[in-house]
Amino acid sequence: MKHLDIEYLSIITGVILFLIGLWGILSQKNIIKLIISFSIIDTSTHLLLVSIGYLKNRTAPIIESNIVEPTAAMQKIVDPVPQALVLTAIVIGVGVTALMLTYALRLYKEKNSLEIDKYISLKW
Amino acid sequence: MIRNSILLILVAGVGIILWQELSVFQSPEKLNDVAGYYAKNGHAETGAANIVTSVVVTYRGFDTLGEVTILFITATIIGFLLKGKQAKEAWKRPDSEFLITASQVLIPVIFLVGVYIFVNGHLTPGGGFQGGAVIASANILWLSALKNSKINHNLLEFAESFSGFGFVLLGVLGIFMAGGFLDNKIFSLGTFGTLFSAGAIPVIYSLIGLKVGSELSKIVIDLNQTQEDAE
Repeated sequence: MKHLDIEYLSIITGVILFLIGLWGILSQKNIIKLIISFSIIDTSTHLLLVSIGYLKNRTAPIIESNIVEPTAAMQKIVDPVPQALVLTAIVIGVGVTALMLTYALRLYKEKNSLEIDKYISLKW
Repeated sequence: MIRNSILLILVAGVGIILWQELSVFQSPEKLNDVAGYYAKNGHAETGAANIVTSVVVTYRGFDTLGEVTILFITATIIGFLLKGKQAKEAWKRPDSEFLITASQVLIPVIFLVGVYIFVNGHLTPGGGFQGGAVIASANILWLSALKNSKINHNLLEFAESFSGFGFVLLGVLGIFMAGGFLDNKIFSLGTFGTLFSAGAIPVIYSLIGLKVGSELSKIVIDLNQTQEDAE
Protein backbone atom coordinates (compact mmCIF):
# COMPACT_ATOMS: atom_id res chain seq x y z
CA MET A 1 0.00 0.00 0.00
CA LYS A 2 2.05 2.89 -1.30
CA HIS A 3 -0.28 5.55 0.11
CA LEU A 4 0.81 4.74 3.64
CA ASP A 5 4.41 5.84 3.03
CA ILE A 6 5.49 9.00 4.78
CA GLU A 7 5.67 11.17 1.66
CA TYR A 8 2.16 10.19 0.55
CA LEU A 9 0.77 10.60 4.06
CA SER A 10 2.13 14.14 4.30
CA ILE A 11 0.82 15.00 0.83
CA ILE A 12 -2.63 13.64 1.76
CA THR A 13 -2.54 15.67 4.99
CA GLY A 14 -1.67 18.74 2.95
CA VAL A 15 -4.59 18.15 0.56
CA ILE A 16 -7.01 17.63 3.47
CA LEU A 17 -5.79 20.85 5.13
CA PHE A 18 -6.23 22.67 1.81
CA LEU A 19 -9.83 21.44 1.54
CA ILE A 20 -10.58 22.44 5.14
CA GLY A 21 -9.22 25.93 4.46
CA LEU A 22 -11.22 26.20 1.21
CA TRP A 23 -14.38 25.15 3.03
CA GLY A 24 -13.68 27.76 5.69
CA ILE A 25 -13.16 30.55 3.16
CA LEU A 26 -16.37 29.68 1.31
CA SER A 27 -18.68 29.09 4.25
CA GLN A 28 -17.61 31.40 7.08
CA LYS A 29 -18.90 34.94 7.51
CA ASN A 30 -16.64 36.20 10.28
CA ILE A 31 -13.57 38.03 9.01
CA ILE A 32 -11.27 36.54 11.67
CA LYS A 33 -12.42 33.04 10.73
CA LEU A 34 -11.72 33.85 7.07
CA ILE A 35 -8.18 34.90 8.00
CA ILE A 36 -7.70 31.66 9.94
CA SER A 37 -8.86 29.72 6.86
CA PHE A 38 -6.31 31.56 4.72
CA SER A 39 -3.61 30.60 7.22
CA ILE A 40 -4.67 26.94 7.04
CA ILE A 41 -4.37 27.00 3.22
CA ASP A 42 -0.97 28.66 3.65
CA THR A 43 0.19 25.83 5.93
CA SER A 44 -1.14 23.18 3.57
CA THR A 45 0.89 24.55 0.65
CA HIS A 46 4.04 24.53 2.80
CA LEU A 47 3.41 20.90 3.73
CA LEU A 48 2.77 19.96 0.08
CA LEU A 49 5.93 21.69 -1.16
CA VAL A 50 8.19 20.08 1.44
CA SER A 51 6.75 16.62 0.91
CA ILE A 52 7.17 16.87 -2.87
CA GLY A 53 10.86 17.54 -2.28
CA TYR A 54 11.20 14.48 -0.03
CA LEU A 55 13.18 11.50 -1.25
CA LYS A 56 13.07 8.11 0.42
CA ASN A 57 15.69 7.18 3.04
CA ARG A 58 17.56 10.45 2.72
CA THR A 59 18.58 13.04 5.27
CA ALA A 60 18.45 16.82 5.65
CA PRO A 61 20.53 18.86 3.16
CA ILE A 62 23.30 19.69 5.62
CA ILE A 63 26.76 18.43 4.83
CA GLU A 64 28.66 17.07 7.79
CA SER A 65 31.67 14.84 7.34
CA ASN A 66 30.51 11.94 9.55
CA ILE A 67 26.93 11.82 8.24
CA VAL A 68 26.97 13.15 4.68
CA GLU A 69 30.34 13.30 2.96
CA PRO A 70 30.56 16.15 0.45
CA THR A 71 31.28 13.71 -2.38
CA ALA A 72 28.26 11.50 -1.64
CA ALA A 73 25.84 14.40 -1.12
CA MET A 74 23.90 13.68 -4.32
CA GLN A 75 22.90 10.23 -3.06
CA LYS A 76 22.18 11.17 0.54
CA ILE A 77 20.23 14.42 0.82
CA VAL A 78 16.68 15.44 0.00
CA ASP A 79 15.85 18.24 -2.45
CA PRO A 80 17.00 21.56 -0.88
CA VAL A 81 15.10 23.83 -3.31
CA PRO A 82 11.52 23.30 -1.98
CA GLN A 83 12.82 23.80 1.55
CA ALA A 84 14.35 27.16 0.58
CA LEU A 85 11.07 28.10 -1.15
CA VAL A 86 9.02 27.19 1.93
CA LEU A 87 11.38 29.23 4.11
CA THR A 88 10.51 32.19 1.90
CA ALA A 89 6.81 31.36 1.85
CA ILE A 90 6.50 31.13 5.64
CA VAL A 91 7.81 34.67 6.14
CA ILE A 92 5.59 36.05 3.39
CA GLY A 93 2.67 34.20 4.99
CA VAL A 94 3.34 35.96 8.29
CA GLY A 95 3.37 39.31 6.51
CA VAL A 96 0.14 38.60 4.63
CA THR A 97 -1.63 37.42 7.79
CA ALA A 98 -0.52 40.52 9.69
CA LEU A 99 -1.75 42.72 6.84
CA MET A 100 -5.13 40.95 6.75
CA LEU A 101 -5.50 41.34 10.52
CA THR A 102 -4.72 45.04 10.21
CA TYR A 103 -7.41 45.49 7.57
CA ALA A 104 -9.83 43.57 9.80
CA LEU A 105 -8.98 45.96 12.63
CA ARG A 106 -9.62 48.99 10.42
CA LEU A 107 -12.92 47.53 9.23
CA TYR A 108 -13.97 46.86 12.81
CA LYS A 109 -13.21 50.45 13.78
CA GLU A 110 -15.32 51.62 10.83
CA LYS A 111 -18.49 49.62 11.47
CA ASN A 112 -18.05 47.89 14.84
CA SER A 113 -18.67 44.52 13.27
CA LEU A 114 -16.63 41.66 11.82
CA GLU A 115 -19.49 39.98 9.92
CA ILE A 116 -19.02 40.37 6.17
CA ASP A 117 -22.78 40.65 5.72
CA LYS A 118 -22.55 44.15 7.24
CA TYR A 119 -20.19 45.39 4.54
CA ILE A 120 -22.50 45.99 1.60
CA SER A 121 -21.11 49.21 0.13
CA LEU A 122 -19.18 47.34 -2.57
CA LYS A 123 -21.93 44.79 -3.25
CA TRP A 124 -23.66 44.79 -6.62
CA MET B 1 -28.88 24.45 3.64
CA ILE B 2 -28.82 24.59 -0.16
CA ARG B 3 -25.88 26.95 0.07
CA ASN B 4 -23.96 24.51 2.25
CA SER B 5 -24.68 21.58 -0.09
CA ILE B 6 -23.41 23.56 -3.08
CA LEU B 7 -20.27 24.42 -1.13
CA LEU B 8 -19.83 20.77 -0.15
CA ILE B 9 -20.10 19.69 -3.80
CA LEU B 10 -17.57 22.37 -4.79
CA VAL B 11 -15.06 21.35 -2.13
CA ALA B 12 -15.56 17.66 -2.96
CA GLY B 13 -14.93 18.48 -6.64
CA VAL B 14 -11.63 20.20 -5.79
CA GLY B 15 -10.81 17.19 -3.62
CA ILE B 16 -11.41 14.79 -6.52
CA ILE B 17 -9.19 16.86 -8.84
CA LEU B 18 -6.40 16.88 -6.26
CA TRP B 19 -6.86 13.16 -5.60
CA GLN B 20 -6.41 12.37 -9.28
CA GLU B 21 -3.21 14.41 -9.30
CA LEU B 22 -2.07 12.55 -6.20
CA SER B 23 -2.82 9.06 -7.52
CA VAL B 24 -0.38 9.48 -10.41
CA PHE B 25 2.27 11.20 -8.28
CA GLN B 26 5.54 9.30 -8.09
CA SER B 27 8.04 10.21 -5.42
CA PRO B 28 11.30 10.91 -7.31
CA GLU B 29 14.11 8.39 -7.00
CA LYS B 30 16.95 10.87 -7.45
CA LEU B 31 17.49 14.62 -7.31
CA ASN B 32 16.53 16.67 -10.35
CA ASP B 33 19.17 18.66 -12.25
CA VAL B 34 19.00 21.91 -10.28
CA ALA B 35 18.97 20.22 -6.88
CA GLY B 36 21.69 17.84 -8.03
CA TYR B 37 23.88 20.78 -9.02
CA TYR B 38 23.37 22.41 -5.62
CA ALA B 39 24.11 19.13 -3.82
CA LYS B 40 27.22 18.45 -5.90
CA ASN B 41 28.79 21.91 -6.09
CA GLY B 42 27.08 23.92 -3.35
CA HIS B 43 29.57 23.22 -0.58
CA ALA B 44 32.59 23.84 -2.80
CA GLU B 45 31.22 27.00 -4.42
CA THR B 46 29.78 28.69 -1.34
CA GLY B 47 31.52 26.93 1.57
CA ALA B 48 28.25 26.62 3.52
CA ALA B 49 27.50 23.27 5.16
CA ASN B 50 23.76 23.95 5.10
CA ILE B 51 22.76 23.72 1.45
CA VAL B 52 19.39 25.35 2.07
CA THR B 53 21.26 28.41 3.35
CA SER B 54 23.52 28.51 0.30
CA VAL B 55 20.41 28.34 -1.92
CA VAL B 56 18.57 31.05 0.04
CA VAL B 57 21.46 33.50 0.47
CA THR B 58 23.64 32.97 -2.59
CA TYR B 59 22.01 31.11 -5.48
CA ARG B 60 18.58 32.65 -4.91
CA GLY B 61 19.83 35.68 -2.97
CA PHE B 62 17.99 38.13 -5.19
CA ASP B 63 14.74 36.40 -4.31
CA THR B 64 15.58 36.80 -0.61
CA LEU B 65 16.25 40.50 -1.13
CA GLY B 66 12.81 40.82 -2.69
CA GLU B 67 11.28 38.92 0.18
CA VAL B 68 12.87 41.19 2.77
CA THR B 69 11.51 44.11 0.74
CA ILE B 70 8.01 42.62 0.85
CA LEU B 71 8.29 42.30 4.62
CA PHE B 72 9.45 45.91 4.85
CA ILE B 73 6.53 47.12 2.73
CA THR B 74 4.11 45.09 4.86
CA ALA B 75 5.46 46.61 8.07
CA THR B 76 5.25 50.09 6.54
CA ILE B 77 1.65 49.61 5.35
CA ILE B 78 0.64 48.31 8.78
CA GLY B 79 2.31 51.27 10.44
CA PHE B 80 0.53 53.61 8.02
CA LEU B 81 -2.89 52.00 8.48
CA LEU B 82 -2.68 51.91 12.25
CA LYS B 83 -1.27 55.40 12.52
CA GLY B 84 -3.48 57.37 14.83
CA LYS B 85 -3.33 59.48 17.88
CA GLN B 86 -0.48 58.78 20.24
CA ALA B 87 -1.35 56.34 22.98
CA LYS B 88 -2.43 58.13 26.10
CA GLU B 89 -0.46 57.52 29.26
CA ALA B 90 -3.19 55.54 30.94
CA TRP B 91 -2.69 53.94 34.30
CA LYS B 92 -2.18 50.22 34.02
CA ARG B 93 -2.50 47.62 36.68
CA PRO B 94 1.05 46.55 37.59
CA ASP B 95 1.96 43.02 36.57
CA SER B 96 2.67 40.30 39.05
CA GLU B 97 6.15 40.06 40.52
CA PHE B 98 6.64 36.52 39.20
CA LEU B 99 5.83 37.51 35.64
CA ILE B 100 8.16 40.51 35.71
CA THR B 101 11.10 38.62 37.25
CA ALA B 102 10.69 35.58 35.02
CA SER B 103 10.44 37.62 31.85
CA GLN B 104 13.45 39.73 32.84
CA VAL B 105 15.43 36.49 33.06
CA LEU B 106 13.95 34.99 29.90
CA ILE B 107 14.01 37.92 27.47
CA PRO B 108 17.83 38.21 27.20
CA VAL B 109 18.10 34.42 26.88
CA ILE B 110 15.55 34.35 24.04
CA PHE B 111 17.42 37.21 22.32
CA LEU B 112 20.63 35.20 22.65
CA VAL B 113 19.01 32.07 21.18
CA GLY B 114 17.81 34.14 18.22
CA VAL B 115 21.28 35.55 17.63
CA TYR B 116 22.79 32.05 17.94
CA ILE B 117 20.34 30.71 15.36
CA PHE B 118 21.12 33.34 12.74
CA VAL B 119 24.87 33.46 13.32
CA ASN B 120 25.07 29.68 12.79
CA GLY B 121 22.71 29.72 9.83
CA HIS B 122 25.31 28.35 7.42
CA LEU B 123 26.15 25.35 9.65
CA THR B 124 22.97 24.20 11.38
CA PRO B 125 19.25 24.18 10.57
CA GLY B 126 18.02 27.72 10.98
CA GLY B 127 19.11 31.10 9.76
CA GLY B 128 18.13 34.70 9.49
CA PHE B 129 14.39 34.25 9.16
CA GLN B 130 14.06 31.79 12.02
CA GLY B 131 16.41 33.78 14.26
CA GLY B 132 14.53 36.98 13.44
CA ALA B 133 11.23 35.34 14.37
CA VAL B 134 12.73 34.21 17.71
CA ILE B 135 13.90 37.77 18.41
CA ALA B 136 10.42 39.07 17.60
CA SER B 137 8.94 36.54 20.02
CA ALA B 138 11.20 37.96 22.77
CA ASN B 139 9.77 41.38 21.94
CA ILE B 140 6.21 39.99 22.20
CA LEU B 141 7.02 38.68 25.69
CA TRP B 142 8.47 42.08 26.55
CA LEU B 143 5.34 43.87 25.37
CA SER B 144 2.94 41.58 27.19
CA ALA B 145 4.84 41.09 30.44
CA LEU B 146 6.58 44.43 31.04
CA LYS B 147 3.72 46.72 30.08
CA ASN B 148 5.10 49.83 31.72
CA SER B 149 8.51 49.81 30.04
CA LYS B 150 9.06 51.20 26.57
CA ILE B 151 10.86 49.60 23.65
CA ASN B 152 13.27 52.03 22.02
CA HIS B 153 11.74 52.80 18.61
CA ASN B 154 14.80 54.63 17.33
CA LEU B 155 16.96 51.59 17.99
CA LEU B 156 14.48 49.38 16.10
CA GLU B 157 14.37 51.74 13.13
CA PHE B 158 18.15 52.00 13.14
CA ALA B 159 18.54 48.19 13.16
CA GLU B 160 16.04 47.95 10.32
CA SER B 161 17.62 50.55 8.04
CA PHE B 162 21.19 49.50 8.89
CA SER B 163 20.57 45.83 8.08
CA GLY B 164 18.68 46.60 4.88
CA PHE B 165 21.41 48.96 3.71
CA GLY B 166 24.16 46.49 4.67
CA PHE B 167 22.46 43.68 2.77
CA VAL B 168 22.30 45.69 -0.46
CA LEU B 169 25.83 47.06 0.08
CA LEU B 170 27.29 43.55 0.45
CA GLY B 171 25.38 42.51 -2.66
CA VAL B 172 26.78 45.41 -4.67
CA LEU B 173 30.30 44.73 -3.33
CA GLY B 174 29.95 41.27 -4.86
CA ILE B 175 29.74 42.86 -8.32
CA PHE B 176 33.10 44.58 -7.90
CA MET B 177 35.06 42.08 -5.76
CA ALA B 178 33.65 38.72 -6.91
CA GLY B 179 31.52 37.12 -9.60
CA GLY B 180 28.29 39.08 -9.36
CA PHE B 181 25.49 40.54 -7.28
CA LEU B 182 25.31 38.84 -3.85
CA ASP B 183 28.31 36.61 -4.57
CA ASN B 184 29.62 35.46 -1.19
CA LYS B 185 33.28 35.18 -2.17
CA ILE B 186 34.05 38.80 -1.23
CA PHE B 187 35.53 37.37 1.99
CA SER B 188 37.69 34.26 2.07
CA LEU B 189 35.73 31.02 2.26
CA GLY B 190 37.64 29.82 5.34
CA THR B 191 37.68 26.27 6.69
CA PHE B 192 34.60 24.28 5.76
CA GLY B 193 32.29 23.71 8.71
CA THR B 194 33.62 26.37 11.09
CA LEU B 195 31.84 29.53 12.27
CA PHE B 196 34.00 31.88 10.21
CA SER B 197 33.51 30.23 6.85
CA ALA B 198 31.36 30.51 3.75
CA GLY B 199 32.50 34.06 2.96
CA ALA B 200 29.76 36.66 3.26
CA ILE B 201 26.93 34.20 4.04
CA PRO B 202 27.03 34.53 7.88
CA VAL B 203 27.24 38.33 7.61
CA ILE B 204 24.35 38.56 5.15
CA TYR B 205 22.26 36.09 7.13
CA SER B 206 22.89 38.02 10.37
CA LEU B 207 21.75 41.21 8.64
CA ILE B 208 18.63 39.39 7.39
CA GLY B 209 18.02 38.15 10.94
CA LEU B 210 18.25 41.70 12.33
CA LYS B 211 16.00 42.97 9.57
CA VAL B 212 13.32 40.30 10.00
CA GLY B 213 13.46 40.62 13.79
CA SER B 214 12.99 44.39 13.73
CA GLU B 215 10.26 44.29 11.05
CA LEU B 216 8.22 41.68 12.90
CA SER B 217 8.73 43.52 16.19
CA LYS B 218 7.53 46.72 14.54
CA ILE B 219 4.37 44.99 13.30
CA VAL B 220 3.68 43.56 16.75
CA ILE B 221 4.33 46.90 18.48
CA ASP B 222 1.99 48.71 16.06
CA LEU B 223 -0.78 46.17 16.61
CA ASN B 224 -0.24 46.27 20.37
CA GLN B 225 -0.44 50.05 20.47
CA THR B 226 -3.74 50.05 18.61
CA GLN B 227 -5.09 47.52 21.05
CA GLU B 228 -4.19 49.87 23.89
CA ASP B 229 -6.00 52.72 22.14
CA ALA B 230 -9.15 50.65 21.80
CA GLU B 231 -9.35 49.80 25.49
